[in-house]
Amino acid sequence: MSRSPRTEPVITNLSRRSFLMGLGAGSLVLAVGLPIPGRTEEEQKKYAGEAMPHGLRDDPAIFVAIAADGTVTVVCHRSEMGQGVRTSLPMVVADELEADWPRVKVTQAPGNEPVYGNQDTDGSRSMRHHFMSMRRIGAAARRMLEEAAAAQWNVPAAEVEAVNHEVIHRASDRRLGYGELAGAAAALPVPARETVKLKDPAKFRYIGRGEAGLVDNLDITTGKARFGIDVRLDGMVYAVVARPPVYGGKLKSYDDTGALKVPGVLKVITLESAPIPSEFNPLGGVAVIASNTWAAIRGRDALKIAWEDGPNASYSSDTYRATLEAAARQPGKVVRSVGDVDAAMATATKRVAAEYYIPHQAHVSMEPPAAVARIADGRCEVWAGVQAPQTTREKVARHLGLGVENVTVNVTLLGGGFGRKSKPDFAVEAALLSRAMDGRAVKLTFTREDDLANGYLNTVAVQRLEAGLDEHGMPVAWLHRSVAPTITALFGPDSRHESPFELGMGFVDTPFAVPNIRLENPEAIAHTRVGWFRSVFNVPHAFAIQSFVGELAAAAGRDPKDYLLELIGPPRRIDPNSLPDGWNYGEDPAIYQVDAGRLRRVVQTVAEGAGWGRTLPKGSGLGIAAHRSFVTYTAVVVEVAVSDAGEISVPRVDIAVDCGPQINPERIRSQMEGAVIQGVSLATVSAATFKDGRVEQRNFDGYQVTRIDKAPREIHVHLVPADSYDQPLGGVGEPGLPPVAPALCNAVFAATGKRIRALPIGDQLLA
Amino acid sequence: MATLQINGQTHEADVPDDMPLLWVLRDVIGMTGTKFGCGMALCGACTVHLDGTAVRACVTPVSFAAGRKITTIEGLSPDGTHPVQVAWRDLNVAQCGYCQTGQIMQAASLLGQTPNPTDEDIDNAMSGNLCRCGTYTRIRAAIRQAAAATGGAS
Repeated sequence: MSRSPRTEPVITNLSRRSFLMGLGAGSLVLAVGLPIPGRTEEEQKKYAGEAMPHGLRDDPAIFVAIAADGTVTVVCHRSEMGQGVRTSLPMVVADELEADWPRVKVTQAPGNEPVYGNQDTDGSRSMRHHFMSMRRIGAAARRMLEEAAAAQWNVPAAEVEAVNHEVIHRASDRRLGYGELAGAAAALPVPARETVKLKDPAKFRYIGRGEAGLVDNLDITTGKARFGIDVRLDGMVYAVVARPPVYGGKLKSYDDTGALKVPGVLKVITLESAPIPSEFNPLGGVAVIASNTWAAIRGRDALKIAWEDGPNASYSSDTYRATLEAAARQPGKVVRSVGDVDAAMATATKRVAAEYYIPHQAHVSMEPPAAVARIADGRCEVWAGVQAPQTTREKVARHLGLGVENVTVNVTLLGGGFGRKSKPDFAVEAALLSRAMDGRAVKLTFTREDDLANGYLNTVAVQRLEAGLDEHGMPVAWLHRSVAPTITALFGPDSRHESPFELGMGFVDTPFAVPNIRLENPEAIAHTRVGWFRSVFNVPHAFAIQSFVGELAAAAGRDPKDYLLELIGPPRRIDPNSLPDGWNYGEDPAIYQVDAGRLRRVVQTVAEGAGWGRTLPKGSGLGIAAHRSFVTYTAVVVEVAVSDAGEISVPRVDIAVDCGPQINPERIRSQMEGAVIQGVSLATVSAATFKDGRVEQRNFDGYQVTRIDKAPREIHVHLVPADSYDQPLGGVGEPGLPPVAPALCNAVFAATGKRIRALPIGDQLLA
Repeated sequence: MATLQINGQTHEADVPDDMPLLWVLRDVIGMTGTKFGCGMALCGACTVHLDGTAVRACVTPVSFAAGRKITTIEGLSPDGTHPVQVAWRDLNVAQCGYCQTGQIMQAASLLGQTPNPTDEDIDNAMSGNLCRCGTYTRIRAAIRQAAAATGGAS
């Protein structure tokens, strides 16, 4: 093993008196996944973290350092975007390490997956994939400290115990602090993975308690927290880019005479446009470089540009909706079929059909995409809030023609991500502009207008559902067509169907007890960049399915909660492959099944917590919805009040979540609260729409998001406890979102009798 | 040349009169606690105090701010112990944290003028400050806690 130069940013962040635990112990090989006993080689399919690019690393030499003063520094290799990962993952290490939390510091890893393992911070995976590896890191380091103390005292290691930042030998009442032991411990070999003894969960100090304050709290509340947009380097210049407003468009001509007259403008640079499919590449256009951001913006305003709009110039949301609806009314590619839907439909007592429309959503993270780059001596260094630091590194390297080893990506805090910052186009732009400025440091900022005009929006969808009901009002036949442009169109122009990972987001994996089911996926063509957005395709799928369940309950004259439970059916575990969901969020179907019992339980929990059935004033109503996503189960009850004028308010939302073991309950609650508010936002006001190939909303006046006055006044989070820490973990960042909008619209129906089938609600209820 | 009194210190900035205070703070003086979110006074991320009252720095020309007392998040308190900052930490309000400096400045301005705000007061004062992570319920609770800490709440 050689020390990669890319580990240096971590090392240099530490005191010179620090020791990297076990550095040079050759322990990097530990990270290779161990075979699962009892499986043939062919069956050793990798799942979860081991299946991600560069897998998992669990070497304390990489992740933990202890200084002579006892300060423990833990490396966070995942990106912080509000989910609390810089607190929660190091907290796990600290717990197993028996470290005293106030003496723990967190340092951020640069993008370097060969060293740190996978760093893609998406898919609600960080704790789900890294809980055990973080535990092993802490436990291995603890063992090394204990062995160092035992050697110093010349007693058996079994007689000593690490407790709260010191190692104790009770028999002789001796103790040594971690700082005193760090040097000797670092010289010891890292214990092999299979010999590392994890803590008894009964002895957890922090895990499961949620009492660790956020590590960035002081910086955030005093303005010291550094986001990508805040990075400042010597001699840095500032850039904004005028990009083609239509996806696939390119520059025809431009006149920069006016721009160059704006005080502070230094240079105007053209960037080559990316052909469709554009992947994560910048869209090209005209960049204005200036001595400050404002001058750059004014300079851009003064550019005269003619664009060639290309093949998507006629993309308009009104006509595209009609296109999707037409597709939803015709048979499409069958992706799941059980029984004989047509025969069951023909003999059903009653048939109910409905179509739902869910528009594009924009991420509008409060920090718009921004990055700083500089190039010197054949090396490029980037600072940015990115969810995929290694991908950023690779893309920057490719665009600059550099080896990956010559690109450093420093990961700052993200001012929100929600999937937008998984695409490193903005970091590549900064690097290209630095090159055009002879390597000078350049800060590239997306204005809010740029963020909306050139984003990677959530898909737009029409969902058509039809059910044949028996004499009790329960479905005997279920036909669902999902029509939505796919994210994979970013990578292949002919992608017209939802890919397995999109179908597996609450479409094919919905576990309803219906004897005859047919799920179809007609074609849809993408005309803009469709990308990952929080909860992704779960948003349209859950909105349609859970709204339709509400409609069926009404058709049957049944209580919506009871009806939902009966539709889910009896508690049972379903093999995802039988649904057929070959993706299953990348998790092993032997461990992560579709558990109808857990889905039932969150429904029951939220109903109880919300006081389902309570009496409400006229114009108010409760709605319920449940959904499984990211191998977590959530259910929501929304209370709405609709005034005589048709104005909607949301006094209270209850959400129940079963994500398996809860590692940092405080951050689980905050993620649920945030998901509820984002769900209210997309249900009531948010939409990105197109006209003539262009996004119509230019800033927060057009693209509305919920503000405090319209947010739920009360949010009650109900955590469903796990039986033990041995149970598999579910995701947390995304699963709160999908059931919110359908629960809200079901509540509107309860309050008013009006069924919302197109989001956002906007002015649909106004008298 | 603008002469600015920021957090009790004098700064000279050679900038055009109409340059927004936001960019003078961030790009010229180098104080990045004040955030850019929209540039049109739609999101509140850039909130600072002028003579103790919250304004949007992104639409405040530097010439308007000259001669007034400018307070940014960096100067709200010497050591981060303004009751609003303390409450924000106690309740772990922040998720990503980007909007929170603006939220804190807006809340501090609210409590300066209305020590014991009602829910409606909070709505009116805070609805210009967007949070995409969805921290509003904790923001409301933190404002109440800060109000109680300063003796405002009953």
